[in-house]
Amino acid sequence: MIEATSQTKTVARPASASERTSLGGFALLANAVLLYTFLYVPIAILVIFSFTSDQFGVRWTGFTLDWYARLFANERLMGAALNTLYVALISTVASTIIGTLTALAMERYRFPGRSGMDALLYLPIVIPEIVMAVALLAFSAFAFDLIQSITGTPIRRNLTTVIIAHIAFSISFVVVVVRTSLKNFDRRLEEAAQDLGASGWQTFWRITFPLILPGIIGGALLAFTLSLDDFIISLFLSGPGTSLLPVEVYNKVRRAVTPEINAISTLMLIISIALVGLSQLAQRRR
Amino acid sequence: MPLWLSVYASQEIALSDGIAIELRDVVKAFGDVHAVDHVSLQIRDGEFFSLLGPSGCGKTTSLRMIAGFEYPTSGKILIHGREMSSTPPYQRPVNTVFQSYALFPHMSVEQNVAFGLEMKRVPKAELGPRVQEALEMVRLSGYGARRPRQLSGGQQQRVALARALVNRPEVLLLDEPLGALDQKLRKEMQLELKGLQERVGITFIFVTHDQEEALTMSDRIAVMSHGKVLQVGTPTEIYERPSCRFVADFIGETNFVEGRVVESAGGYATIETSDGIRLRGCSARPLSSGTVATLSIRPEKVRLLPQGEGNPSAENALPVRVERINYIGSDTRITVRISDERTLNAWEQNDRSTVDRNAYWQPGEESLLVCPADNALVLTE
Repeated sequence: MIEATSQTKTVARPASASERTSLGGFALLANAVLLYTFLYVPIAILVIFSFTSDQFGVRWTGFTLDWYARLFANERLMGAALNTLYVALISTVASTIIGTLTALAMERYRFPGRSGMDALLYLPIVIPEIVMAVALLAFSAFAFDLIQSITGTPIRRNLTTVIIAHIAFSISFVVVVVRTSLKNFDRRLEEAAQDLGASGWQTFWRITFPLILPGIIGGALLAFTLSLDDFIISLFLSGPGTSLLPVEVYNKVRRAVTPEINAISTLMLIISIALVGLSQLAQRRR
Repeated sequence: MPLWLSVYASQEIALSDGIAIELRDVVKAFGDVHAVDHVSLQIRDGEFFSLLGPSGCGKTTSLRMIAGFEYPTSGKILIHGREMSSTPPYQRPVNTVFQSYALFPHMSVEQNVAFGLEMKRVPKAELGPRVQEALEMVRLSGYGARRPRQLSGGQQQRVALARALVNRPEVLLLDEPLGALDQKLRKEMQLELKGLQERVGITFIFVTHDQEEALTMSDRIAVMSHGKVLQVGTPTEIYERPSCRFVADFIGETNFVEGRVVESAGGYATIETSDGIRLRGCSARPLSSGTVATLSIRPEKVRLLPQGEGNPSAENALPVRVERINYIGSDTRITVRISDERTLNAWEQNDRSTVDRNAYWQPGEESLLVCPADNALVLTE
């Protein structure tokens, strides 16, 4: 109680006139301005220069939507964008389901080897992505070889291998997010439901699932963005003719930066913001 | 009383001879710890029954086993004569009011109350009126559309009650349901709950660590400690005739005087302390001489007489010196010294109004403490 009061006081104090004019107050304000400049000016420049008529996209020479028109006409880029969305969608659905089930199992059950499994589950988050990419590449080569030696059919890397790889690294993230919401979940609500006649299955769908849904959505969103902008693993595991957007953007940038790149980046930005907005909306409604 | 409740209350359950819940030698072990240790209980139909004890005494675990959240390690649980020791909670004819209420935060009050009926597939036409009736019963009609978090603690408490009672359970289990309420609301809810129980006639099993709460509301109380039931009885039996030292100490306040039995006959026993004080009290059974025993005297059952009054050589009369006086409004609580190493507490009701200090006892005053043998109890455990 006393702690809470003193906290409110410290929070309220910078608002007083004497504090605002002090050096500390000024430094605080400057820090905030710098932080947001640092975070958002590059993004603002990207968006602005996707509309410039300058062909190198570094100066403002007038407004145009040409780059967007060109972008939609560029089959290679659009194909890569569709591939990326497809991979992101499938890998998100799969990793969200697997990750949620894993989180439930880890949070709800005590079994031998649980703490070891727990640690192993989080490892992919801290493993450098390049290591993960090389490992997945080596594994896929080994697996394809094995399958070919058994069935006689040769397999090549394709979008499916990318999807499997994306699922593999997304699961850990989904588990982390869903477990957080399970930790905050009051188990007595489940007991109350059972007490009122709900079976285990009914309890899950009527009580547990709706209450941890924000966590699941959060996990899915994370998996989706991770997949959307993944470069290294996508580069390593996609086969010939199955290029993905980040890889394609990189290839294009290597030759020349054009506002077309700015345009596609702006579109991806809008998609991500829309997704976050939608998930926020969905969570607020409940 | 709503029609459905009166119909329910008059139902006869032939199997069980008026016993709603029976625990037969129930043990619940968590690892090496026996949370519930060979408990046998019979709870009658329509009874307000309390499980009373300090935290960790096994009262909540017992309740959870009746609800089905825990299964007994050994022993049997019967609900109206049917064995349900390992029946899952959703198949038991009992409902629970949780300490934290456990209302579903993503549902409205109405949806919360309707949940149990929906699970039982009660037709829509019957469901609506029953939900409204239940909300009326707890004086919350008009709150149906709200979310639980928009209600006060007392209102949430009543929603939890409605949500349980709407299912017409054979037994209602209440796990310290008043624990989270403030003192004043708590007193109100105690009376309200008791009134409700009398109206609906459903058996209530009430878990609490608050002895006053248990005394106020219960028809019978089981006092528990360390997983065992020490005594089952009406509030008066528990308070006036505690079966052991723990119960005497836990329910209300008391003075203990330790000694050895020197004489025992006709429902009384006399003990003598190490410093030679002899006191006589009731004893449920004859005790052999030399048995270690404790005399329990409630402080309000002790009389202090001014010096010169009374007969100092009479039974259970001790010359004492007043040590401390606490004036607490309704009572004055006086600590008196009966020997070099022993003090006793005596409570005097302030039955006349005066601010004159001399009307009360003074520290150092000599007095005669009198305690009729019928007001004292000799306990051996």
